[in-house]
Amino acid sequence: MNLLLSLIPALPLASAALLLLYGRHLTRSLVTTLGVGSIGSAAIVVVLLATQWTATAEPLRVQLWQWFSVGSFSVDIALYLDQLSLIWLCTITGIGFLIHLYSSEYMAHDSDYSRYFAYLNLFVASMLLLVLGDSLLLLFLGWEGVGLCSYLLIGFWHQESANGAAARKAFIVTRAGDAAMALGLFLLVAEFNTLNIQELLAAAALQWERGGTMATLACALIFTGAVGKSAQLPLQTWLPDAMAGPTPVSALIHAATMVTAGIYLLARLNGLYTMAPNVLFAIAIIGVATSLMAACAALAQTDIKRILAYSTISQLGYMFLALGVQAWDAGILHMMTHAFFKALLFLAAGAVIECLHHEQDIRNMGGLRKRLPVPFWSFVIGSAALAALPATAGFASKDLILLRAWEVAGDGTWLWGVAALGAFITALYSFKLVFVVFFGEAKTEATHQPGWRMAVPLIVLCLFSIVGGYIALPLADVLPLPSHEPAHGTIAVISAAIPIVGVFVAYLLFLGRQVSVEALTHSPAGLWLSGFWHGGWGMDRFYALLVVMPYTRVARWLRNEPIDYLVAMITGTAVFFNGVFGASQNGRLGRYVTVMVLGLLLMFLVLVMGVAA
Amino acid sequence: MSLALFYLAAAVAVGATVLALTRANAAHALIYLIVSLLGVAVLFFLLGAPFAAALEVVAYAGAIMVLFVFVIMMLNLGEESQREERALLNFRHWRLPGLLTALLLAELVYVMGNSVSPIPSDAVLPKQVALTLFGPYVLGVELASMLLLAGLVGAYHLGQHFLARDRGYNN
Amino acid sequence: MDTMLIPLEHVLVVASILFALGLFGLMFRRNIIFMLMSLEVMLNAAALAFIAAGAHWQQADGQVMFVFILAIAAAEVSVGLGLVLQMRRQMQTLDMNTAIRLKG
Repeated sequence: MNLLLSLIPALPLASAALLLLYGRHLTRSLVTTLGVGSIGSAAIVVVLLATQWTATAEPLRVQLWQWFSVGSFSVDIALYLDQLSLIWLCTITGIGFLIHLYSSEYMAHDSDYSRYFAYLNLFVASMLLLVLGDSLLLLFLGWEGVGLCSYLLIGFWHQESANGAAARKAFIVTRAGDAAMALGLFLLVAEFNTLNIQELLAAAALQWERGGTMATLACALIFTGAVGKSAQLPLQTWLPDAMAGPTPVSALIHAATMVTAGIYLLARLNGLYTMAPNVLFAIAIIGVATSLMAACAALAQTDIKRILAYSTISQLGYMFLALGVQAWDAGILHMMTHAFFKALLFLAAGAVIECLHHEQDIRNMGGLRKRLPVPFWSFVIGSAALAALPATAGFASKDLILLRAWEVAGDGTWLWGVAALGAFITALYSFKLVFVVFFGEAKTEATHQPGWRMAVPLIVLCLFSIVGGYIALPLADVLPLPSHEPAHGTIAVISAAIPIVGVFVAYLLFLGRQVSVEALTHSPAGLWLSGFWHGGWGMDRFYALLVVMPYTRVARWLRNEPIDYLVAMITGTAVFFNGVFGASQNGRLGRYVTVMVLGLLLMFLVLVMGVAA
Repeated sequence: MSLALFYLAAAVAVGATVLALTRANAAHALIYLIVSLLGVAVLFFLLGAPFAAALEVVAYAGAIMVLFVFVIMMLNLGEESQREERALLNFRHWRLPGLLTALLLAELVYVMGNSVSPIPSDAVLPKQVALTLFGPYVLGVELASMLLLAGLVGAYHLGQHFLARDRGYNN
Repeated sequence: MDTMLIPLEHVLVVASILFALGLFGLMFRRNIIFMLMSLEVMLNAAALAFIAAGAHWQQADGQVMFVFILAIAAAEVSVGLGLVLQMRRQMQTLDMNTAIRLKG
């Protein structure tokens, strides 16, 4: 069992190393076998391990070796398996395998085929290390690794400078969060002298007081890291631009796995966060605000991938809301179902883009439901799950979150209200997408159908998007779950009905044309609002003003090397005095003799006065 | 008697030096300098150093100054150079050197000229000089010979091109 | 021979005057020949001082020093005049104010 656990991150890592070093010399089929096969075999190993392990169900720790030891502080490279990491393992390897399979067809015409798979495998390996890490330092290693791979993959088509800029933006914005997280880790080390997660949880329960400053500070800093990685307010500006990468990358990294790293982190450190209720409340507020804001922004987008990107941000907000109200199981369930239907949506979008020859603007699409049946049904099922229509996976998880939010004492009502509003808008934009792209008159013709390697993952994910919500997650041993069932009655009915209303309104606006969309959007308020939402609530401009402009100003000023100027002043002074003193050497012998005589005179004067005295 | 002679010889030496240093014509200046040296030779004789006096006339005035004369003749400094020199002999160029020299002289005289201690008139004979020279000072003799060798080689090298190549030198 | 002996200080004063004159010439004249002549004058004055001192103490050391000074003067003059020749050849003038390449 130890060997199986060690194999899980090792397989993708070895494949990545091979592909990085020798990928260019291997044939395409070999690269595909390596790239897809490594994740596939990792998935098989996960299944084997799960069947073996659930028999005992004791947390499994495999220490590989000691990383370093400084004084009394030591860190091991050790893998830790329990139910929480098992859920993530299944998600990462399962959806990862499907997306790798899909990529082998999507990227088939690309010249950098092996580089793509190398980076993608490296990403999966880092993500696996992240969820399997026994200590926060190993988790942080995986955290940085996925950030690096995200950068590499967003800027994959680096010949276009805009892609490089998007990659840099992603890296820098998440870096801001990572820096805060590192500070949080330092605080924890200073406090407990260990970064081993289990030891930390035990020590925190004993040493920290509930709501104390140290707890609040450390948890807030670590949460900031999660804000960056999971694209919440205010660090969410990188995710829409990250759509510059290939679509399977968007599916894997920015929908199903990397952005859920923040959720994993908070769930893993739940013992710390229960000691800081202020931080939990802040998490809930940020989550719900982000979900509403991103939903509105998604409504005003025209690029199919950007709609899905803002949708991801919005759904992550829901997960954070769940964590913030301590409905841990709801948050994790939503993570899993979201992985299913968001990956489905992205892959279907990729199929649409591919078959329309890289057309991404939805205003140029239409009437595709007959031409592209598989993507059409994928979109319908995926959007239904996204909107949380009953009998889908999304319904199970999102409704759970809404009801748990309602239960919160005092603030529950308005938390539920904002979340419900967000759900309404979610249904609105997701079905707007479906109606605009697949119904109506065709504006661009589809040239070919997606092949089996793209269709099979879509079909599998469709299945999971329907039934995935009913997978019982065995989290009771790991997380402090609420002891009672969520609320029933009126509020449950209302929560279930809201998405249906949203779909109906979308039908009215975009399909049946009973209500004119143009009348709304072309009114002065509508125009301003849609422009504002399209630009992501002006946050890009805000950051440009606040951070980018001063920074580039300072950089430009520093380009003239002002600090060198200080040193140059010293040399300038030396040169100046050299000139001054050098003028006394005019090369004339007569002058030199005169000066010598003068000196002689002065010497004699001193002597004479000495003699006289 | 020797005192009067002393003052006379001293006057000649000083006067000839003054004249030597203020001439425009190099040859004239050299002649005056030779006269000055002769005056100093007389001074040596009066001070009881006949050997030094002889050497002064033979080596200093007779060889070194003659070398000067040869070079000046070789350089063929003509009328034009005289005119240049006269132009340079301007009173306003005297002021600073003159002042400094006067001050220096004043100091020296002040230091030395206070008491009066007479010099015995017995001569120091050449034999004694020779014994001292090749006795305690023999190392100095060797060094001086090396110095002269160096001067010889240097002068030969420096003057070689001038003699061998440049026949066409003009004023 | 005579009861009127020469006072040492007077001789030294004469030597000082000659030395000062030589110095004056060195500072004042611009022609290199005259500067060399001034140097000779100064050396001569120093020799006079040595001789006077040797006579005062009735030792031969003064004259010995005079012989050395003579050797020095000879070497210096020969090399100096060689330099004069070179200067005349390269700069076509004997003005010391043109030989200022070592300035600054």
